[in-house]
This record gives sequence, C-alpha cells and structure tokens, in this order.
Amino acid sequence: MYIEHPLLGSRSIDEFIYYGDASLLKRPVFNQNKILEKFHKYLYLRKNPNGIHSELWFHLYGDRSWLIVERDTKTHEIRNVILANKELG
Amino acid sequence: MIKNKFKNLKTHKNKIKFIFDGKTMFGYKGDTLASALLANNINMVGRSFKYHRPRGIFASGVEEPNALVEIIEDKNIIPNIKATTLELYEGLIAKSQNYWPSLKFDILGIFDLFSNFLVAGFYYKTFKWPSFFWEKLYEPMIRKAAGLGKVSTNPSRVISEKGYLFCDFLVIGSGPTGLLAALILGNSGKSVILMEQDFVFGGSLNRDNPIIDNVSSKIWKNKIITRLENLPNVRTMKRTTVLGMYDHGSFAATETFKKESVKKQYQILWRVKSKKTFLCSGSTERHISFQNNDIPGIMLSSSIREYTNRWQLKTFKNVVFFTNNDYPYYVARDLISRGTKQVSIVDVRKEIKFSDPTISIYKNAEVINTKGKRKIEGVFIKAKNKPILFLHCDTLGVSGGWNANIQISTHTNEKPVWNEQVLSFVQKKISKNSNIKCLGSADGIYELNDLFINTKKEVFKYLKTLNLKSKNIDLPNVNTKETYNIKPFWFVKYGSDRKWVDFQNDVTVKDIQISYKENFRSIEHLKRYSTLGMGTDQGKVGNIVGLGILSEISNKSIRNIGTSTFRPPYVPASIDAFVGFTKNKSFKAKRLTPSHAWSKKNNSEFVETGLWYRSQWYPKKNEINWLDTVNREVLNVRNNVGFCDVSTLGKIDIQGKDSLEFINKIYCNNFNNLSIGKVKYGLMLREDGMIMDDGTTARLDENHFIMTTTTSNAEKVYQHLEFCHQCLWPYMDVNLISITDSFSQFSVAGPNSRKLLQSILDNSEEISNKNLPFMGFKKIWLKNGLSAKIFRISFSGELAYEISIETQYSDVFLEILEKEGKKFNLSPYGTEALSVLRIEKGHISGPEINGNTSPLNVNMLNILNFQKDCVGNILFQRKKILNNNLRLVGLLSDNKIHSGSLIFDKDMKMNSENELGYVSSSCFSPCLGKYIALCFFSGGEKYFGKNIIVKNFLKKYKTFAKICSPVFIDKEGKKLRV
Amino acid sequence: MNYNFLKLLIEGLNNNKGWLKTWENVNPKKHYDIIVIGGGGHGLATAFYLASEYKEMNVAVLERGDIGLGNVGRNTTIIRSNYLLKENIPFYEFSLKLWEGLEKSLNYNAMVSQRGVLNIFHSDYQRDAYTRRGNSMILNGADAELLNVDEIKRMYPFFDYDNARFPVKGGLLQRRGGTVRHDAVAWGYAHAANKLGVDIIQNCEVINFRIKKNKVEGVDTSKGYISCKKVGCAVAGSSSILLSKLNMQLPIESHVLQAFVSESLKPVISGVVTFGAGHFYISQSNKGGLVFGGDIDGYNSYAQRGNLATLEDVCESGMALMPMLGNCRLLRTWGGTMDMSMDGSPIIDKIHIKNIFLNAGWCYGGFKATPASGWCFAHLISTGKPHKLISDFTLNRFYDGSIIDEKGQGAQPNLH
Repeated sequence: MYIEHPLLGSRSIDEFIYYGDASLLKRPVFNQNKILEKFHKYLYLRKNPNGIHSELWFHLYGDRSWLIVERDTKTHEIRNVILANKELG
Repeated sequence: MIKNKFKNLKTHKNKIKFIFDGKTMFGYKGDTLASALLANNINMVGRSFKYHRPRGIFASGVEEPNALVEIIEDKNIIPNIKATTLELYEGLIAKSQNYWPSLKFDILGIFDLFSNFLVAGFYYKTFKWPSFFWEKLYEPMIRKAAGLGKVSTNPSRVISEKGYLFCDFLVIGSGPTGLLAALILGNSGKSVILMEQDFVFGGSLNRDNPIIDNVSSKIWKNKIITRLENLPNVRTMKRTTVLGMYDHGSFAATETFKKESVKKQYQILWRVKSKKTFLCSGSTERHISFQNNDIPGIMLSSSIREYTNRWQLKTFKNVVFFTNNDYPYYVARDLISRGTKQVSIVDVRKEIKFSDPTISIYKNAEVINTKGKRKIEGVFIKAKNKPILFLHCDTLGVSGGWNANIQISTHTNEKPVWNEQVLSFVQKKISKNSNIKCLGSADGIYELNDLFINTKKEVFKYLKTLNLKSKNIDLPNVNTKETYNIKPFWFVKYGSDRKWVDFQNDVTVKDIQISYKENFRSIEHLKRYSTLGMGTDQGKVGNIVGLGILSEISNKSIRNIGTSTFRPPYVPASIDAFVGFTKNKSFKAKRLTPSHAWSKKNNSEFVETGLWYRSQWYPKKNEINWLDTVNREVLNVRNNVGFCDVSTLGKIDIQGKDSLEFINKIYCNNFNNLSIGKVKYGLMLREDGMIMDDGTTARLDENHFIMTTTTSNAEKVYQHLEFCHQCLWPYMDVNLISITDSFSQFSVAGPNSRKLLQSILDNSEEISNKNLPFMGFKKIWLKNGLSAKIFRISFSGELAYEISIETQYSDVFLEILEKEGKKFNLSPYGTEALSVLRIEKGHISGPEINGNTSPLNVNMLNILNFQKDCVGNILFQRKKILNNNLRLVGLLSDNKIHSGSLIFDKDMKMNSENELGYVSSSCFSPCLGKYIALCFFSGGEKYFGKNIIVKNFLKKYKTFAKICSPVFIDKEGKKLRV
Repeated sequence: MNYNFLKLLIEGLNNNKGWLKTWENVNPKKHYDIIVIGGGGHGLATAFYLASEYKEMNVAVLERGDIGLGNVGRNTTIIRSNYLLKENIPFYEFSLKLWEGLEKSLNYNAMVSQRGVLNIFHSDYQRDAYTRRGNSMILNGADAELLNVDEIKRMYPFFDYDNARFPVKGGLLQRRGGTVRHDAVAWGYAHAANKLGVDIIQNCEVINFRIKKNKVEGVDTSKGYISCKKVGCAVAGSSSILLSKLNMQLPIESHVLQAFVSESLKPVISGVVTFGAGHFYISQSNKGGLVFGGDIDGYNSYAQRGNLATLEDVCESGMALMPMLGNCRLLRTWGGTMDMSMDGSPIIDKIHIKNIFLNAGWCYGGFKATPASGWCFAHLISTGKPHKLISDFTLNRFYDGSIIDEKGQGAQPNLH
C-alpha cells in the first residue's frame, strides 16, 4: 500500500505504524458523569466497518506525523489523507 | 534462411555440457533443460505425486506440471525446478525426483495398482483406529510417499538483493501485445518498464513464428526491441517474473541473472510502483482429459510447436493431435515444413475447414485411450458410429483451447468472468486501486491481427485520457492468419479407466465425480477435497479442464460456478528473493552503544537487547564463571564505584510552554511540583490503566525537559507522546524530539562516585550534596573541556549519577573517567550486574512491566494522583483492576530461585486454585550472600516473613523462600542521599 | 454413511459408485429451536455438540457461502494449549483433548498429528517468560518441556546456530501440540452434525434479526424468514458486521493475517516451530508443503489478502531461524479476516438481547479452539449458562477490567 502523505507525497506503508480507528482522537473529557462508561466505549468498542474507515497511521520512519487516513477496508482504496493535528488544531 | 540462422547457433562453440540422472549430455545455448532433454531423446523425467506414475515433459513453460527436477550444486539440492523454464548452463547437474529406488523402477509405483482405493478424500475415511497407528504408521508412510523433491538443509546459496522501481507504465509480458503496447507507451515519453519472465523477449512469437510486415517474427521482434531499447524512458527486463499485484499499483517481481556455470545465482526482488499497468501475459493452452492421458510423450500442442520452432527439435516424427480447435492444424503445418512425415489430427468437431493431403484428419472423433507405459506408442481413437482405430505415434499433442493469463489482474480481488465465445475467464473490471488492464490474448483476443488492432486502440485510448500523445505507428501487418474456432469439449466420456485432469496431483475425472457425489460441489470445495490445482503448476493447464468437467457433471454453467481465487505468486518464487541481504547477522540492524569499542577492548561480553548489543559483563582472567564476574562488579559498585553505559535508555527532549502540563498528563504521578534543576521519577500508564513504562524526567529550564524511558520501550513511548501531542492535545505548545542517539549516558554509581566525578570536573564546578542533592540536575563542564549534563539519580541504590555527553565525545569522556577512576577502584559493570543491583534495591524493570501489571501491583498506589486528567487514570479504576491482589514482594532463600517459578503455600496442594503468584526476576545477591527474587504475590505486605514454596515444574525443582520487602538493601534510602 | 476401511475397500471394488454426500443439502425449515449463524469450524462444531452433547434435536447452521471456507479453510493448522494465563489454559487444554479423540467422535479422519510445538527463545528475558508459561501450563494440566540448545539441535539440526543475529538459547516444547488437516475439520463436523439431524444450509445469508420485547424471534435470510428460539453467532471476522444489525459495537477489529505455503517437499520439518526474535512459525503438511506465517498485516481489512511487506518480513524471520528456507520456493499466499479482540482473547457470551449468543474475538488462534469453542458455546446456548471453562470470556470484562491479555499489549488489537 501507498499512503499519500499531505506533506511528503506517496509513501510506502513500510514507513508507517498503524494504530486504529480515528475515533481514538475523541478522548472523553475528564470529570464527567459516567466517565468509566465513556472511556470503556472510547478505548474498546469499534465500528469496524467493512467499507470506508477513518484511521490513524504514524509516520514513524518519516516525519513522525500522525495521519488520518480514509481507507476502504474492503478494497484498501484510500480516499483521503490529512494530518491529525490539522483535524483538531 | 531462417533455418540456417538457427543451425548456426548449434555450433560447437555454443555447446553446453550438463548431467541428468548421472548421464552426461549436451545441449546448446538458448536451450532449456527440457528442450535439451528432448533433443537427447529423454522424455520421462519424473514420477507423479500420488500414484508415482511415469511422467514426461508436457509443456514448454511455467505451466509445466510434470518435468520437475532437483538441481544439485555443491552440497545444495534445490528441488522442484521446472525443466521447461530452466536455462541450460555449463555443468548443470539435474536429477529427476519422487521415486525410490530409481526413476525407471519405483517401488511406490505400486500405489498405481490400488488407485481405486486411493481416490479423492480416501484418507479422511480411514486410518482412524487405533489412533496410535495413525501417528506411528500411516501418517509417516503418507508423508514419505507424498512430497516432491528433496530439499537440502544447507543454507541457501543464492545472492539476493531488493530494489524499488517506479514507472508511469508497467507492461507485463513481451509477446506481440506487450511489444506493441510498450512501443506506443514509450513513444509518449513517459517512463515505461517492460518485464518478460523468459530469457528471450517475444513470448508467443518465438513459438508461433508468424510472418509480420513480411519478415519473420524474429526479425520483427528484434526491430521493436531495438526501438524500445533506444528510448531512454523505456527499461526492458528479461528473466523478470511479475509474481503478484498488491495495493495501489504495486507489484512484486523477481529478476534472475543468467547463470553461465555452476556459480552462485543472483536475483533481485523488485518492488514496482506503477501508475498504470498493462497485463500482456498471453494465454496458456489447456488439455483434454481421456483415459491414460498422462504418459510420457503426450504434450500440449503449443509445446510441440515451441520445441519445433524455437528450439528446432526434430524428435517429433510421428505425431497425433487431439483437439477441439484450429490451433493444432497450424502446428501440424510447421511440423511438416520441418520434415515430420506423419501427422494426424483427431478433432472432436464435425465441421472443419481444413483439408491438407499431408495430414490425416479424423473429424467428429475422440482419442479414447493410449498405449505405452514409459513412452506413448499409439492412441485408440473413435469416430462417431465407427469402429475403434489404433494409430501408432511417438507424440500426442493435445489442445483443449486457451486460457487467458489473467491471474495477476485478479490479485486485488477483482473476480474474472467467463467468456462463452473464447471459453476462457477474462478480466473486465479495473479497480481504482490496482489500475491494471489486460490486453491481447490475456484479454481473450487470440487472433494475432485482432490482437494488434485492439492493443493499438486500447493503448492510444488510454493515453488520450491522460492527454498524452504518442507517435502514430503503423499497425503491424500479419501475413499468416490463424483462426481459433473452439468448441467446448472438456473430457472424453468413453471408458472407465483413469482420465487425468491435474497431472501433478493425480486428480482424475473420477475424483471430480466422487467429490461431486460427496457434495464438494463449489469450486473451492472441489479444489480442497480433490487437491485440483494445488500443485506447483498452480493448475495452469488443468484447472479450467476440471471446471469444465464439474460444469458438465453439475449441469451448471462455468459462469455460474466461477473460478477459485488466484493468489500470488503467479509462479512459485524463491523465498530467498523476499529476504534479500537481510540474512544471518544482518537479519536486523545492529545498534552499538557509545562504549562498545571501549568495552570490547576491556574484554566485555555482549548480549542482544532488542537491536542493541550491550555489555553483559567484563570477565577477568582469574574468574571461574560469569557469576564470579557479576558478583565482583556488583560488590565494586556497593563498595567503591562502577560505571555502566546506559545510553540505550530512550531520551526525549520536550520543549514548549505547555511542556509541564503535557508531562503531567503523560505520567500518572504528580509533576506539577517539579522545579528547575530537579529530576523526578515518573510512572507512565497506558490508557487501560496498566503500566506502560517508567523513567525519570528532568526540568532543565522553565519550558525544557528531558524524559528518559526504558531501553525496550524507547520507540513505543516516543510514539505514544507524539500521539498524545498530535492527536489528543494538539492545542498544547509542546515540541518533542528523540535524542537517544545524540547523547550518550553513563551511570556512575557507588560510594566513591562523587569523589571520582569531582576529580574529572572543571575546577569551577561543584557537586557536593548541597550543591547537587539527590534528584538534582546540573549542566557542568568537565576538566577536559567537555560539556555534560549530570543527573543525581540512582537505579542501584548507591550514591550515583548519570552523566550525559554528546555521543561523539564518549571516547574522550571514557578516557578521562578511566584514568581518574583508577584512584577510586572504578570498574565497569554490565547489564547483569545492573540487574542484580536493581533487584537488590527492588526497582521494577522489564519483567515487572510486563503489560499486565498496574500501579497497584507494584505498590505504587500512593504516588497516583486521581485528581488530575492523565492517561490511564480512569480505566485503572475499574473494579477488577482495583480488586487484583497481586503485589510485588521480595523472596529470600538459601537456594537458587528460578524466574518464572510459581509460588505455593507449603501446607497446600500445588494446584491451579492454590497458586499464589510467580517470580518475575531473580538473582544471587552478593551483598546478602543469599538468593533473592522479586515476585508478584497474592496478598503482599501482610505475609512478610512467611515461608513459601517456589516451584519450577519444568525443572522438577522446588525450594523454600521467605517473603520479605522487595527492597533488600538500604530500605530507608540513606545511601542515596549521602 | 459410516466411513471405515472396509467401506473404502468395498467402494474401491465397486468403482467408488456408492459414496453418499458428506452432508445433505437442504432447504431451511420454517422453525428451528436453535440457529447457528456461520458454517465455519466453530459454527459447525457448535451444531455438532448441540446435537451430540446437549441433545438439541432441531438445529440449523446457516452459512452465507459454502461451509468451511472461512478461517477453518485458510489457517495454518496448528493445535496447541501453550498459553500463559489460567483463564486460557484449561480451555485450550480441553480443546486439545477433544482433538485427540476427534476421529472417533466424528467418524472422520481430520489427521490430527501431534508432532510437537516448539517455541524458540533468544534471551534470558524470553526464557524466564517461557518458564512461567511452561509452569503455568503444567499446573493447569497441559504438558510442557523446557529444552536447551543441544536438545533443539538434535531435533532441528538446520537452524542457524552459529551465525544468527539472535542466537537460539532454548525452547519451550509442547509435545502434544501439532497440526490437523484443517478443511477436514469443517467437513468432519458437518458430516457428524448432519448425521445427528442438524440441517446445514449453505448460501443462506442472514440479513436481519427479528427482535420482540428484547428477545429474538427469528432471522430474515436470503432464503426467507426462519423463526427460532435461540441464535448463536459464530462468524469470526464478520462478527462486527453481523452484530451491527443489532446496533452493537464490539471490542473487535477485523484484520488480515496472511499464510504461506511452499512447494511440496519430502519430509524435512517434523513439528511446529515458532521463532522468538521475529514473526515466524512453520510446519510441514502431510502433502509436503512448508506451511508458514507470521504476524497480521496490522490494519483493519476485510479484503482477505495481504501486502508484500509482511510477506518479506515473514520470509526474513524464517531464514533468520532456518537459512535452508531459501532453497525452497513459495507456492501460494493467502489471507484471512481475523476477529482481533481488544485483549487478544475470545468472547463467548450472551448479549443484551435475550437468546442471542456471541462467539467471537478469536484473533488468529481460533482454529485450535474449534472443538472446545463448539462444545462450550453449545453449552451456553443450550443451558443459557456459561460453561466453567469460558466463564472469563465475557463481553463485560473490558468494562470491569478483568482483561485476559496473554501478550500484555493493552487495548490495541494489532499487537495481540
């Protein structure tokens, strides 16, 4: 697979480390009600779709940026790639 | 004229000597082993997989199911090499395989007599009882009889490399389609790579010898290749097999280099990335199944043509063809023009347009059986409503039609569809992901003229979509037209003897019938139950025949049955190629510590620690064993001073105005009170509340920190920090960089450490207890002009410091340290002593941070800060984690304690319910003169003083030990603070 | 039909005309007491044990495609019980014992072959970890031996002992571990279950569940509506998709694991070996192919195919352990969808809707668990209570913290 890095162009996945669903960005806010339930859902439950999946890749052997990659888990086709901190920042 | 040219090749100069089954023979340059064997009148070259039937050369390329040989070089045996693709070289030693004791007389040939009992799935139905017999008798027998070649257990001798190739267009195959496509694409100016698996370009042109543009195909081919090779943007590669297509237009291909003699084989694995790929891989002929259709001398009609035209063989003197299409008629013409006297064609079709007085044609007829055992002697044929006829022959050419070689186009899940006109699967889908297009006969276009027209049209059409221009080229003019006109015909119904479908795996029509009867009816079930297409030929000639038969038996169209999935590699591929140079010691990168050379000089033994080689200990001549050495190193730290290279610890530089807040979110203990010039122990949790790592963090300045991690988690922690920074709290002003390799770090530990360090510092520097107290940090100058950072931290429990130097000055530092150290009895210590020192002090390390331990388990509940938002804080508070009662304790014993032992109460039975914990780390403590261990124990502190059993079932060993505090020395920490 | 040597003999003389279907093809009835979704190894085994052990007489297995073509049809055939944690060992040990008697219980020879599973270690740290594992195995009723380098040399003289980047320092051997002819497991269970009256329905995809008052009433399928009292879901990598029909999210990600086989060779590797300094394990099939594999590719995927980098990585590790591997050629590669759970251990449990049961999260270790999983799942479905061997395999454990994490990697499926 090749990931179209927003800054560095097309890079082989050999350079990346996979983490998981991009929902991991949405860490629950501290000091809320039902915080345990929220963290349980955040860390353990996954949509795991057979289709478009928004996911986190780390460019370990590269510029060390975290990317959000929109990829089809059925065909491996990649739709979109952005820097994770751009999404939030 | 063409003839003469070939003749010239067969001169003495081009002669090649080789040995087959112990006999010396000769071939010529350009030969494959198969063509040379046939020229030497050798046809039987092996035995089949299951019935050990005699088998001969059947094909002329990668589709070969029978002619597999072992190549012997030096002490190495490489098995299962296809004789049909092996380029002959001087001194080649080859051997036929899968028999005992000899090819001609194979005792296991007896299986052939019992074939009726060895049908598809027979082993599932018997050998069940007694089960002992299965493992001791039946199974070893089956294993021995199965298998093809023997493999040598010596290391592989191939020299392999890996490389990347990038191109705009990849053309796979250099037959008529590939050559034309590559030329048009090359003329567009974009980068083109043309890959050909054979050792000559030309593909089917070498076999069919058509006349194109009024010249022989060879001349035409060479003209195109010259033009291609003159284009700077085109790379042509022979002996390069595309093995598979992966995501996003990436391909794996292996290039092998010509072997001139018995020297090492060189090969390269190319990882190709192409924007658009044209699969011009041609097509492969298939056979027709009938009784005893597997004996030597029966070949594909296309192979007879290739041996005749490409290799000029004259061994086919009396040839019968059996066909359902026009192709063998052209083969027959070629044979006759080259001097074959007797040619007959048995054709299943009623209407045939050919009439040739030199060929005997039997219309509406079938070959129903063959005669011969190790070589065909003749065939029995039957025409409708006519008596059975016997025809003598030395060769039977079979043609059941052609399969488009679409395999690679399906590797990223695009299913091919059955085309009823050409009776082949073709690829109609082009996914965005792979962007591959089949062209020419790989797209089911078998007629050469149509193929050229279509290729030109398709390639230009594609270039247009990219707004690219290419020079117009004249369509090649094909002077010799060859038609196809296939009629579906898969197997001859006549007779109840075995009719082979898959030669290598001995799958017959009957096996397919039985499979069907037993409900293995989908193609995947059939494949798995009958082993159809599972051989090294990957079913290239037999699979579709099997599918055709299944279709007839089940009365279901092939379109509805579908094909089984093609998987990479396209042809069997050297495993060595995928490894390249990363073998033996080069399997993984080596990381050497800054003191490596120094340690080597000082007699250190090294140990692999992840990618690092670390000093394990430094033996001296008088020491009897490693324990002796380690005890000395430990005691020297406790009594004098020692030093250890701890540069392998991960070091992360953290800067920015939110750094402290960030660090406070990363560690579960409180960091808000860390002042400048101070260091603090930090415990890092995963989000699930388990310990991820521990280390120290120093505050160099208001907004500047250095964090250390354990050696093994350096990368993981860095990645985690980047995740937290970029993904969780991107609004924070934090900058992270790993400085592990930029700074070396040395631990200097022991009562003399301050005196020693003071003596190497610049005179203006002072590190008294007041000036640099425990957990203090300073930037200092050494007296040799080096700048350093000094941290007063201790892993050993002694007065100790860690000194950080820019890595390139490590030698200078070691030099001065060693020189001054003599006065203070300084000696180096390795990882083993490091480990003893930390166990004596009860510090946790890798074995305690095993991913399943929480702060509670390591008695650190008291340092946790539940009021703050930090990673792991919430999920740590889950019920079952808080209820877990394992606690880190110490064990003391007069006898050895093995790490990994289990703990039991001495009054209770040793069973699963009564297990009380396990030993995580253990050692001999030279300070206490006893064996000590760290252990996770159910209950913890309240059992201090209790005697328990430490059991190692694996070594059938047990000992008693006393539970105590995990801190064995200086519990109050006085020594740290002196 | 009963299979035995005599039958084979008679059929051989009879030109093999009398063989019957291994399992019958039937259309679904209107109602079943129990529907098992998924005709893979676990689903078929569940159905068999429902009929044989729990005397459930009205059971159907619904399979979307053809039976036995999920992971049971594409794994690397290893059976073992060499686990570390006490929540796991007894379950896998029970499974191993069921494997040992499988031919007899199924009247089908799945070629269970106890050739030994050897885990190589390369450092003191790994030795200690394997020591703990071995001790735990023995304590919980499994067999384990710690071998030194010389003992390994005698078994496998062709490993790299002299020139390795990570030298072999020893190994943990489970002699009772081994391999099984994987496809035959599916066929054997189908055959035996069918003989006990279980309907095996192929090409029948479950489209939806019908729920009333938080209780299942039936399922809509591609072959129409089928009512039922209970449903067991055993669909491995497709679990998230199936359960999403009930608006459930599972602690599971589907990943791709590749497997590889070499050309057929005369016997050379006697047992199963795993490499400790990289991702690689290998055995040799009865047909002679070297069957090997490594780690999952590492990202979510339902594509059932892998990437080149993983193949290279596995081959590199393979040759690091046994340099002779370079003399062999790779014949086929393939991939399967793994239901990677968040702690690397399976889930066999009820869900929030009554009478629907879940069997999932097997990661890449489901094959060896097939018999025990089937048995315990049958127990759960039939009795409504968890079998004691699976009482820890709950869905709730991620919430209450009773995680079963063999590798200690935390909530990251691709690290398990």
